[in-house]
Amino acid sequence: MNVARLHTHLDQLEAESIRIMRETVAECRKPVLLYSIGKDSSVLLHLLLKAFYPARPPLPMLHVNTTWKFREMIEFRDRIAREKNVDLIEHINQDGVRQGTDPVNAASKHTYVMKTLALRQALSAHGFDAAIGGARRDEDPARAKERVFSLRGAGQSWEPRKQRPEPWGLYNTRLDSDETLRVFPLSDWTELDVWLYIRREGIEVVPLYFAKERATFVRNGALLVRDDERVPLEPGEKLVPKTVRFRTLGCWPLTAAVESDAADLDGIIGEMLDTRQSERAGRIIDLDPTDSMERKKREGYF
Amino acid sequence: MKATSDERVSVAAGAPALAARLAALENRDTLRLAMCGSVDDGKSTLLGRLLAEAGMIPDDRLAQMIRDSRTHGTQGGKPDYSLLLDGLEAEREQGITIDVAWRYFGTDKRAFIVADCPGHAQYTRNMASGASNAELGIVLVDARAGVQTQTRRHTAILAMFGVQHLLFAVNKLDLIDYNHARYHAIEQECVKLGHDLGIEHADSIPVSAINADNLVALSPNTPWYTGRPLLEYLEAVRVERKVDAAFALPVQWVNRPDHGFRGYAGTIAGGRVAPGNEVVVLPSGRLSRVVRVVGGDADLENAEAGQSVTLTLADQIDVARGDVIADPSLPPDVAAQFACHLLWLDDTALLSGRRYLMKLATRVIGAQVTEIKHRIDPDTQAHLAATRLVANEIGYCNLSLDSEIAYRPYREDRRLGGFILVDRETNATVGCGTLDFGLRRDRNVHWQQLDVDRVARARIKGQTPRCLWFTGLSGAGKSTIANMVERRLLADGFHTILLDGDNVRHGLNRDLGFTDADRVENIRRVAEVAKLMMDAGLIVLVSFISPFRAERQMARDLIGEGGFMEVFVDAPLAVCEGRDVKGLYAKARAGKISNFTGIGSPYEAPESAEIHLHSDQEPAADSASRVVKLLVS
Ligand SMILES: Nc1nc2c(ncn2[C@@H]2O[C@H](COP(=O)(O)OP(=O)(O)O)[C@@H](O)[C@H]2O)c(=O)[nH]1
Repeated sequence: MNVARLHTHLDQLEAESIRIMRETVAECRKPVLLYSIGKDSSVLLHLLLKAFYPARPPLPMLHVNTTWKFREMIEFRDRIAREKNVDLIEHINQDGVRQGTDPVNAASKHTYVMKTLALRQALSAHGFDAAIGGARRDEDPARAKERVFSLRGAGQSWEPRKQRPEPWGLYNTRLDSDETLRVFPLSDWTELDVWLYIRREGIEVVPLYFAKERATFVRNGALLVRDDERVPLEPGEKLVPKTVRFRTLGCWPLTAAVESDAADLDGIIGEMLDTRQSERAGRIIDLDPTDSMERKKREGYF
Repeated sequence: MKATSDERVSVAAGAPALAARLAALENRDTLRLAMCGSVDDGKSTLLGRLLAEAGMIPDDRLAQMIRDSRTHGTQGGKPDYSLLLDGLEAEREQGITIDVAWRYFGTDKRAFIVADCPGHAQYTRNMASGASNAELGIVLVDARAGVQTQTRRHTAILAMFGVQHLLFAVNKLDLIDYNHARYHAIEQECVKLGHDLGIEHADSIPVSAINADNLVALSPNTPWYTGRPLLEYLEAVRVERKVDAAFALPVQWVNRPDHGFRGYAGTIAGGRVAPGNEVVVLPSGRLSRVVRVVGGDADLENAEAGQSVTLTLADQIDVARGDVIADPSLPPDVAAQFACHLLWLDDTALLSGRRYLMKLATRVIGAQVTEIKHRIDPDTQAHLAATRLVANEIGYCNLSLDSEIAYRPYREDRRLGGFILVDRETNATVGCGTLDFGLRRDRNVHWQQLDVDRVARARIKGQTPRCLWFTGLSGAGKSTIANMVERRLLADGFHTILLDGDNVRHGLNRDLGFTDADRVENIRRVAEVAKLMMDAGLIVLVSFISPFRAERQMARDLIGEGGFMEVFVDAPLAVCEGRDVKGLYAKARAGKISNFTGIGSPYEAPESAEIHLHSDQEPAADSASRVVKLLVS
């Protein structure tokens, strides 16, 4: 009949994500966008601006800073917030800072205190009832059943059995006073979709994604780029310049680089089409038993 | 190492230059699949194997799968491809699949979004999310067993959710020695099943997930099969929906950054729109013209179904979230009462008469199932008598909304005809359904426009109509206090009426018992009567145990906030039982009355009654004074 499939997969993903964001703003009392500075967040922000154009986005962005992000990420964050004219809230778990965090020797604890707990603190301090995040279902098998609007009980906990069916993308956003929502507009996107969209739309991402000569060292088999002096080199370790890039971005001591020549988007996508490693293989915090993701989710990491 | 599932695109031999490939990937389209089958038909193995064969599983995940196969595989240590799809920890421990899992893969031609639906009968409800948006349904059939009850059930749900393309994947062909005659017999059964359920296109394909037969390449084991291998079939199948030619956009968000711009944002449900088009806003029926079609940060020449846009109109008319902007030459219908299919999702049964919230497109509205016409047998499609629906049951029902909405029959438009029901108390999504057609009942029985109305009648009585709803345990003192209140009001010249639970049950409601459904109906009738009497200008005192919060909420909704005052007459159960004026507690304790509130059935105390009286702590007369004071203040 008259409307053929004129628009592409990327068009459909975009339209659906925009719909999800608008629904959140239309139905939730006080939503926020979780901005983690990575490529998925860049896509989220781009979609957010489109969803509410010509209005300014009617919600702020929240960045939970673990204090161990690459300096380039923080510079990028501040510049983008300024250029795009969006409100940015930064939250740092000051208790964690006082206790001292150590991503190198206590990675799981660091992530829990500076990320999971910190996020919970920030959400309840501001009274946000819905947090839009950039997580995708394809990131991990534990996420394959996640809803687009994911219900969190008291303490941001995730109860598999309380999740609501979402036929036709009809989202039920009604909440009890101690409940909140996590909203995932990129649920249906794959890593490849994200890069193809970034390329099509000309979205700016942190330069760390692109190959460049950087000072690297190897620890526990992972190729790291030393971003500051807080982590001293151990005997036998030395800084070696290598052409590397990152597939995901997190705390720098927990994010492994890969050797690569991909210095632009075409290069990155070409490499993805050929390489045979999955995205999260580069996240050291994830390199523990297979079920960790679900546990983190129950604790409110996502 | 961490198992992940990001998408791989198969690298064909002699791949074209990167630029051409990127262009192809950027322009590929989408196919939404729902995959279902009974437990152990081999759905997980098939999907895992398909992805692996097509080169879409990263090496680290393949390695992980091969390692896991040794510890918890089902293939005696050989690669178990179903492990590639493993999900929740709890589910793995139970060895069952409890929820729809979403899978993603793609080729240069198409991206696939797969709703991997659970196989157990009791999880039928979880299929709803998967089937609701699916363009193609893949139904697994075990070649040894052929079409089974579960196969029929899954196919019927796909049909109910409007999936018009089916592919029966007849699996485990290795176990029937690739026998063509046997396959052919199953194929016939499948085609007939699709046909019986009114599905337009049904195909079948012989496969063996374990041996990868006919997954990405035709297998020498089935020389008699002349169709395409599965992956090629998926890339090629054409599933254009019957997109309605007429434009419709449910308004999701009114965008008003400043006085100069007022836009209506939403996702186009059907048709196309361009600047200059005439439009109608429903349900109000006001007409206007589109000025701008804004998509993202640019103005568009036109936009079509599926796109999220923002429209501006030529006229300053009232448009709100939940309205539908549409083509005036073929607009969606407007109605408040419907015949619909309803799939019940919640562990608490559907009761007709209970009030829920309905969400359809961007509209949220109070709703009530007024009648369950019949239940549908999932295996035979026969119509069965039913007074309630429990989880996983499908019923054909009449639905009544608090006011009119714009809609289209589901078979014409999924986005304007599919809805969910939400419980007001628990906030759970308790049901989902598809609108079949609007009932014109409310058109035929027009509300009489009355010249003399409630306000006029109340005026000559010099009062404001109110409903005082006394709730509490038997023996709490409801009737005593209500009687006192009425005497005081009468003495002060107010016009009143008292509806007492026991009395009403002897007359108006003597046909009702004490089942859950009857209790709901009991309250509904009383609330309706109270409302009529308020229309007559009276102050109505209702004295009913009314133990359930949801029912009192129903009464409150019917009567309307403002007119309704909940009076909670509170006394501990022991005190009420001690009083036992009517000897009922003694009987209940002796087992002579079942479901007696406080003994065999719960009393749900009000959470925010307008007034809370403690009959064990103050004399009834003082309580009555407080009620009167509140009423006349
Ligand atoms: N012989 C044979 N066995 C199969 C085939 N496909 C799956 N199976 C087996 O059937 C059982 C159930 O498979 P699984 O994929 O877990 O089924 P699901 O419950 O539908 O996901 C497993 O033991 C599989 O190894 C096949 O094509 N041939």
